[in-house]
Amino acid sequence: MTRYIIRRILQAIPLLFIISVILFALMMNMGDPLATLGGRQPPRGEDRLRLARQLGLDQPIYMQYIFWLVGNDWMRFDTTGDGVPNTYGTRRGILRGDWGTSLVTRRPVVEMIWQRLPNTLLLMGTAQVVIIVFSLAIGIYSALRQYSITDHVITTGAFIGYSMPIFWLALMLMYIFAVNFKKWGLPYFPTVGMYDPAVGRTFSQVVWHMALPVATLSVTAIAAYSRYIRASMLEVINQDYIRTARSKGLPERFILWRHALKNASLPLVTLIGLDLPLLLAGAVVTERIFAWPGMGRLFLDHVERADYPVLMGILMLVSIAVVVFQILTDIVYTYLDPRIRYS
Amino acid sequence: MSSMAGPARRSAVSTTTEFGDVQTKGGALSPWRLAWRRFVRHRMAMVGAIILLLLILYVVVGALIFSEAYANQTATFKRLQGPSWEHPFGTDPVGRDVLARTIYGGHISLSIGISAMLVSVVVGVLIGAIAGYYGGAIDSILMRFTEAVFNIPSLFLLIVMAKFFSGRIPTVELFGRSFSGSVIVIIVVIGLTSWMYLARIVRANYLSLKEREFVLAARCLGVPNRRIILFHILPNTLAPIIVTATLGVAAAILSEAYVSFLGLGVQPPTASWGNMLDGSYVYLESAPWLWFFPGLLIVLTVLSINFVGDGLRDALDPRSLTK
Repeated sequence: MTRYIIRRILQAIPLLFIISVILFALMMNMGDPLATLGGRQPPRGEDRLRLARQLGLDQPIYMQYIFWLVGNDWMRFDTTGDGVPNTYGTRRGILRGDWGTSLVTRRPVVEMIWQRLPNTLLLMGTAQVVIIVFSLAIGIYSALRQYSITDHVITTGAFIGYSMPIFWLALMLMYIFAVNFKKWGLPYFPTVGMYDPAVGRTFSQVVWHMALPVATLSVTAIAAYSRYIRASMLEVINQDYIRTARSKGLPERFILWRHALKNASLPLVTLIGLDLPLLLAGAVVTERIFAWPGMGRLFLDHVERADYPVLMGILMLVSIAVVVFQILTDIVYTYLDPRIRYS
Repeated sequence: MSSMAGPARRSAVSTTTEFGDVQTKGGALSPWRLAWRRFVRHRMAMVGAIILLLLILYVVVGALIFSEAYANQTATFKRLQGPSWEHPFGTDPVGRDVLARTIYGGHISLSIGISAMLVSVVVGVLIGAIAGYYGGAIDSILMRFTEAVFNIPSLFLLIVMAKFFSGRIPTVELFGRSFSGSVIVIIVVIGLTSWMYLARIVRANYLSLKEREFVLAARCLGVPNRRIILFHILPNTLAPIIVTATLGVAAAILSEAYVSFLGLGVQPPTASWGNMLDGSYVYLESAPWLWFFPGLLIVLTVLSINFVGDGLRDALDPRSLTK
C-alpha cells in the first residue's frame, strides 16, 4: 500500500508539470496586464518599458515560466534599462514555496488566496454537506420504491434539476425568496454579500446570507448525485448477500445502512472525491451572482486583468487538490471494499 | 454516416446471431433497426424529441416572421416594457423585442451546441482512436495529456481559453448572415474543453476491438492502419459516440450560456440565450421577463436533449438487448 501511494505521488509530478505548462502558455496570451494598470491612463512609452522590465514581462515566455517555477534570484537583471544586468531577482519560484506576487495589487498571491479561501470553503463545504445528505435520502428512497409514482416524479425532477443552468436557478430563487417574499411581507433572504455591513459579521448574518447561494449550488448537484445513488443502490439491493441478511432476520434498517449502503457508496465516494477538490475553486457563477467574496470571484476579477500569477496560483492549487483527492479516493476504496488491492 | 454503415452492418452479423431470438419474427432486423424500435418505445425520449422538434420549429418559423434586423433594432423610447400583445416577451433595456431575440439567440445557441459537439467529437475520437490503436508511447503521451486537461476544472479552463482566443477571429459572413467572431471562438473553446471523456471511452473500445479477428483479417489483407481505424473499428464503437455526442450538445449549450453569462462569450449585438442573461440580473426585480424567457428556453432545450440522450443510451446499449 505504501509503495502504491509513493508510486502514485511520483506519477502525479509529471502530470502537474504538464498542467502547469498548458496553463502558463494560455495565461501568457490572455491579454495585456500592463494595459489594465494605471487606471484611466495606461502606461505608455518609456514608462511601459520600465514597468514591463520591473515585472519581468519583457522576458520570453519560457524564461517567465522558469522564473515562475524556480524563481529568478540566481540571475542578474537589467532594471535600469542601460543593457547592463545589475540586480538579482527576488522571486523564489513555486517549487520553493513562492507563489508569486499579483501584477495588479502587488500583494503575494498566497496572501490573496488565503484571504478568500475560508469564505469559499464555508459556502462550498456547507453546500457539499447539504448535497450529500439530501441526495442520499432521495436516492435511497427512490431505489427502495423503484418504478413507483414517487420514483418517476423524483426521476423527472432530477432531470430538470440537472438541466438547469445554475445562474437561472439563482435568479429564480432570488426572485421568489428575496423579491416576492419582501413584497408579501414575509421574512426575505438577502441576495448580496456575506453579511449586512450595518450589523457586522455575526454568525446568524452569515447563515442568513448563505441560504440562497447554498440552495442554488445544491439543487443541480443533488439531482446528479441522487441518480448515481439510486442506480448503485438498486444494483446492490438485488444481490444475494442482501437476501441472506434478510433471511437471517436482520432488521431492515440495519441491512440498509450497514450492508447495502457500504457497497453502494463506492460510486458516491468517486463522485465526492472528484468534487471535493473543486470546493477550493469556489463557484464562479454563484459567487458572482450573490457577490460572495470567495475564490471564484477572485479568479473572475483577475481574469479580466490578465493577472497571471494569481490565476496560476488558484488553478495550480486546485489541480494539486484534484490529484491529492484522486489518491485519497483510491485509499478510501480499500477500506470500503477489502476486495480491492493495489500492488 | 452512410459510408460508415457498411462495415457496421457486416460486423453486426455475429451480434444478431448471438441474440437470435430477438429477430425470429419478421426477418432479420439490423441492430440499428432494433435500436430505433427501442428508442421509439422509450417514453421520456419521445417526449424529449417532441419538445426538441417544437423548439427547432420555434426558431425556424420565428425567423420567417421576424427579421434579424428587427431583433437587433433598438428603440429606447419603449425600453423595459413588460410582456404585451405587441411584445409578448417584453422589451430589453434598449427597447429590443425579447421574443425576436430569443429566436435569433436560439439559432446561435443551437448552432454553437451542435458545432462545439462536432469539434469535441472529432478531437475526442481522434485522440482516443490513435491512443487506443497504436498503444505504447503514443498512448501514454496522449493519455497523460488527456488526464492533465481533465484535471483542470472545466469552467476555469473555458474562461481562460475564451479569453485566450477572444478578439482573434474576425466577423464571418455565412448563409447571408454575419456571425461575430466570438461565436467561432466559443465553438472552438467549448469543443476543446469537452473532448476528454469521449477520448477515454473511444480509447478503451479501440484497445479491446483491435485484438478482434476482423482487425487481424484486415491487417492480413494489407489494409492501411488509417483505413482500419476509420472504417473497420470506428463503426463498431459508434453507439457510445452517438450517446456522448447527443449529451454533449446539451452540455455545450449550457457551457455557452455560462461563458456568455459571464460576459466572455458571444458578444452583442449577436444574441445568444446566454448573453441575453448577461447583465439581466440587474433587472431581477424590475424586469423579470428579461431573464425568465431565455433561461426557460435553455432549460427546455437542455432537458429535452438529455431525455433523448438517455433514450439513445438505453436503445443502443447492447446489454439492454437481452431484455
